[in-house]
Amino acid sequence: METLGIYAPRLVTKRQGFTPGHRACSGCAEALAVKLVMKALGRNVILAMSTGCMEIISTQLPYTAWEVPWIHTLFENSAIVASGIEAGMKALKRKGTSLPEAKVVAMGGDGATFDIGLGAISGAFERGHDFLYVCFDNEAYMNTGIQRSSATPFGASTTTQPAGKVSMGQRTWKKNMPAIAVAHDIPYVATACPSYPFDLMDKVKKATAIEGPTYIHILSVCPTGWRIPTDMSIRLGRLAVETGVFPLYEVENGKYTLNYDPPQLRPVTDYLKSQGRFRHLTPKMTDKIQQRVSAEYARLKEKAAGG
Amino acid sequence: MRRVGFESSFAIAEAVKMASIDVTSAYPITPQTHIVERIAQLIADGELDAEYIPVESEHSAMSGCLGASAVGARTFTATAGQGLELMHEVLYVASGMRLPIVMAVCNRSLSSPLSIWGDHSDVMAVRDTGWIQIFAENAQQAFDLTLCAFRIAEDPLVLLPTMVHIDGFHLSHVIEPILLPELEEVNKFLPKFHPRYTLNPNKPLTMGDFATPDLYTETKKYQDEALRNSMKVILQAWRGFGELFGRDYSPVEMYRADDADVLLLTMGSFSEVAMEAIDELREAGEKVGLVRLRLWRPFPFHEFRRAVTQAKLLIVLDRAISFGGPGPVCSEVKAALYHLKKKPQIIGFIGGLGGRDISVEGFRNMIHRGMDKAEQGKFEEFEIFGVRE
Repeated sequence: METLGIYAPRLVTKRQGFTPGHRACSGCAEALAVKLVMKALGRNVILAMSTGCMEIISTQLPYTAWEVPWIHTLFENSAIVASGIEAGMKALKRKGTSLPEAKVVAMGGDGATFDIGLGAISGAFERGHDFLYVCFDNEAYMNTGIQRSSATPFGASTTTQPAGKVSMGQRTWKKNMPAIAVAHDIPYVATACPSYPFDLMDKVKKATAIEGPTYIHILSVCPTGWRIPTDMSIRLGRLAVETGVFPLYEVENGKYTLNYDPPQLRPVTDYLKSQGRFRHLTPKMTDKIQQRVSAEYARLKEKAAGG
Repeated sequence: MRRVGFESSFAIAEAVKMASIDVTSAYPITPQTHIVERIAQLIADGELDAEYIPVESEHSAMSGCLGASAVGARTFTATAGQGLELMHEVLYVASGMRLPIVMAVCNRSLSSPLSIWGDHSDVMAVRDTGWIQIFAENAQQAFDLTLCAFRIAEDPLVLLPTMVHIDGFHLSHVIEPILLPELEEVNKFLPKFHPRYTLNPNKPLTMGDFATPDLYTETKKYQDEALRNSMKVILQAWRGFGELFGRDYSPVEMYRADDADVLLLTMGSFSEVAMEAIDELREAGEKVGLVRLRLWRPFPFHEFRRAVTQAKLLIVLDRAISFGGPGPVCSEVKAALYHLKKKPQIIGFIGGLGGRDISVEGFRNMIHRGMDKAEQGKFEEFEIFGVRE
């Protein structure tokens, strides 16, 4: 794995932009992902966050877990709040106000990104604002109680599309959000997972250094919503990548690079079988998932090969 | 000082230019388009140095303003009708987070059916959003009050977003003579924006926590007090404006009302038409007068009570309808006067919906109709004026 660089935990900063003491669930890989992103971002950053798990667990009045400037307003608008911040600083600096350097970063969950905030993200990407959008994808509206989103994978049981006597759970395939980002012709799009912390941090650093809109999509394993033991989050993140369900790749100015390509993908059942949200899957459904994962992975490989 | 002929929309854009805003985050909607188009042209020609964020919806228009204001940029936007409704939830955030955004609203009726024409239904729908809200009646006021809005909103004792309402089409698209001040005079009146709390890595802070039941009420109490206390600053700003530019504004303005037995209450551009009706009735010896409500929020209880208590009859014209309920302005008027021993009788009319005009003759008829109804004891919630049966 070339992009992991030198495995040197000692070189990672000890400073926490996102401090301990917040109220995330035991084993929350999303909180881990946020911590890693913040280590990679450093202190010269302004964050605009959407309503969701990370916002709620970190900012109960009068407390805050954030040691960087941070704003939360509503659910669907972190991308445009970030745009306003970026434009405001641009105008102020141009007109003579002295302001410190600050990368503008918008953060939202899958609900905020795939569904309610899609329009605002599209607008911000199209307008070309200099900002990074990070999507923390735990594959459902977890903060409000595990309701489905368009990021919920095929076959998963959620509270609004549950598996039942006459229903199989999620009937549609996960929306391809990175592809939507790529379709906006932005300079950098990447997927990441906190189970591969150095890959994740490298990608954040890379995105931060690019001028223009950038997008990083982070798989955030959720023990509560996926119904797995709380000590399985990191392992499951690895399985998502090793089975090809969540490939790690980058798209730089339209050019695809697959960051992790094992000689043989593990079967998807290795990933699905330990999750309560997939407990009801029949062999037929699992086969369908395997076929689709294999096909999409092959397509991704083609793109990476220059196809 | 120079005298120009400007459409009210352009007058507002001119005020925005003289205020030297930093950011506008805006979406077009009839009949506000001339404001945002004019601002865009001013920027394109280098006459205004500001960032224009051409957003993809009004919800984003106001959200962009939140971000810009939060880093300390002087921020403006404009909208109307449906657009004001689409940004509804964001309005509460702007006031709750004490961001001094200034917005011009070209008052437009709400769907459905679709109507691009003017009335106050969009205003009444955002009554409770915690914004300072001011009505302009003509193009000069549109210019003056927009300039004042920045001074009021950004005052460290206020820090509340402010709306300036102008009637869609009837005011927005009307060309009137305006006296424009020189930039040096404006700069004396309007200081630079120096916010105390901004998003800045040198002094990190968190904006937008969530509040549990044992804290939320107190945050709302402080917010309400801030809106009520802004009255002092509003009066101060208008007084300062009057001293510099010779035009005086107050929360409640009267017209030939000193010895009036009958008063008519209007808001917005209808006031100017109503004034002509008052003149005609006065010629005929009738003791009638006009109450022009300029400041809608914070509601000017004190000034309003003082203005109307001596009259025998107060006729209120609502330019919006609250289905199944009383006229919105009329119900606030009644509530403001309820506990007073000496107060006028009140007759409510609803009119001018969806851009329907009321002429000078119409206002004369309305006043007479109101007087007749009061005499006959017909005090139902409201009567729709000028409707086809």
